[in-house]
Amino acid sequence: MDQPPATEPHPEGAGDSVIHTRALTKRYRGGQLAVDGLDLTVPAGSVFGFLGPNGSGKTTTIRMLMGLIEPTSGTARVLGRPMPRATRAVLPHVGALIEGPALYGFLSGRDNLIRYDAADPTADPRTRRARVASALDRVGLSAAAGKKAKAYSLGMKQRLGLASALLQPRKLLVLDEPTNGLDPQGMREIRSLVRELASDGTTVFLSSHLLDEIEQVCTHAAVMAQGRLITQGPVTDLAAKGRLVVTTPDTGEAARVLKEQGAADVVITEDRVTTEPPEGELADINAALVEAGVRVRGFAVERASLEEAFVALTGEGFDVAG
Amino acid sequence: MSPAELKAFQGRGELRAQPPPTVSRRRTLRGTLFANELLTTFRRWRTLALLSVLAAVPILVGIAIKIETSDGGGVGQGRGGEGPAFISQVTNNGLFLVFTALAATLPFFLPMAIGVIAGDAIAGEANAGTLRYLLVAPAGRTRLLLTKYATVMTFCVVATLVVAISALAVGALLFPLGDLTTISGTRITFAEGLGRAFLIALVVAASLTGVAALGLFVSTLTGSGIAAMATTVGLLITVQILDQIPQLHALQPYFFSHYWLSFADLMREPVYWDDLQKNLGLQALYAAVFGSAAWARFTTKDITA
Repeated sequence: MDQPPATEPHPEGAGDSVIHTRALTKRYRGGQLAVDGLDLTVPAGSVFGFLGPNGSGKTTTIRMLMGLIEPTSGTARVLGRPMPRATRAVLPHVGALIEGPALYGFLSGRDNLIRYDAADPTADPRTRRARVASALDRVGLSAAAGKKAKAYSLGMKQRLGLASALLQPRKLLVLDEPTNGLDPQGMREIRSLVRELASDGTTVFLSSHLLDEIEQVCTHAAVMAQGRLITQGPVTDLAAKGRLVVTTPDTGEAARVLKEQGAADVVITEDRVTTEPPEGELADINAALVEAGVRVRGFAVERASLEEAFVALTGEGFDVAG
Repeated sequence: MSPAELKAFQGRGELRAQPPPTVSRRRTLRGTLFANELLTTFRRWRTLALLSVLAAVPILVGIAIKIETSDGGGVGQGRGGEGPAFISQVTNNGLFLVFTALAATLPFFLPMAIGVIAGDAIAGEANAGTLRYLLVAPAGRTRLLLTKYATVMTFCVVATLVVAISALAVGALLFPLGDLTTISGTRITFAEGLGRAFLIALVVAASLTGVAALGLFVSTLTGSGIAAMATTVGLLITVQILDQIPQLHALQPYFFSHYWLSFADLMREPVYWDDLQKNLGLQALYAAVFGSAAWARFTTKDITA
């Protein structure tokens, strides 16, 4: 295997990025352009949300990052090494859940994990049983470990898939739609698991089409649509700025006071006055309103959701790409 | 260890922050991917069903011979040359049932079983989606393919031995055992006969390496296990038919099944090696050609399943 010298982990100045792609492109044999010139940078230690509607090229990107498919052009580096060339060195440090779990139905949950662990040449067979047991425990499957996987529910299969990504301490976890098929309780567990892993220093690359899921756990996000990257960055930058909402029957007077306080873009709707939050202490604005005799029934900054930000970015709904 | 491997290891250690695990060439099979693959294959209901069918063939043949000869007559009297080789000798010596059963299963049952296992090897994993998880583990494409081929070859040996042992057991139960006469007319002891039987079983297993490689290649072409199995078995039947058409005389020496029944030459005294060597050479050729093709295909394939 011809690999670049091991002494240069980041020769392209990728800095602290765990995933770094340049002009990554995949055109399938049918001529369909699945991923088009992707420049993605995933900072180390982040929980990175990879967003996009179904069919936007998320999974194709993940498959290229995991060395399963060869890019048509462009480069991808994972943990500082080129993919798919360095799969043998990189992938033992990466746990992955790609397009849902895939299991051997005739094997028990435990034996499924043993098989996946045996496939990793760097995994120590002597600690295999212990590592499998702790991975099962981590996803709450210990009680069902001896059951045949074909008897598992979708949620249990999803958990087993996650367990296979957790067989070893990883530097990077790639989770493609990890909460698919889980009930709300299961989703909450996965979210807290992701947070826990991230706090241990693992970078988590989380693909989803559920915007609020990304919003709840991710520090960074990228948005794809129709094979192209629309935006990427810290989640706080991506979501549009929140708006100050004052609920009051005295809308006219409230609007006047707010303008006086330096608020821009004041909009009156029924009993609500909304505005871009002005500089300065919000409590002072509230005091000014009350002083002016405005009957303030509600006073809050409503954060715009990522979904609104997404619609603003793409100018379209979150639909399947045609 | 090659310098390239050493380099790969340094890279791994640097990524891992912990010292790299000590690499020793494994001395045992325990815990290896190959051991796991064997376990997985032989725990499948389908594998066990195939082996049961193979074990049943000698039982049926043995019982049929017993019934036909229960009136004191011989097998196939007056129809010389019909039926599998050695069948007329079974009533004198149960050991001949081993040769008869191998001759009866080699043209179809054995290669069909191999075709099913080999055809399913990669395509079945792709179909179930488990292939992508094995590859990101990372199993390594070449390593996985070699493991699969080794497992299919192990299955060839096991399948052949199942036929042979079943035949030996049935032969011992239904017929007398003792010294036997070779095709050349010389007599050899029963122990030597057993040795020959074991040798023949190995040659039969080796005769299947060509089909195994072909099946594995087909398996890398498709994402459907059923399609790969059907194609492999279909090819097998086609080749068997073409081998019977006299006009294709010039091509026939290149069919993988052409010299299969040469294993009977091991029962000559002295052993007649020509066709045996041609058979083994041809199998090696098939294994090399289709093994390389499977490797070329599998290592460059986009895994989208």
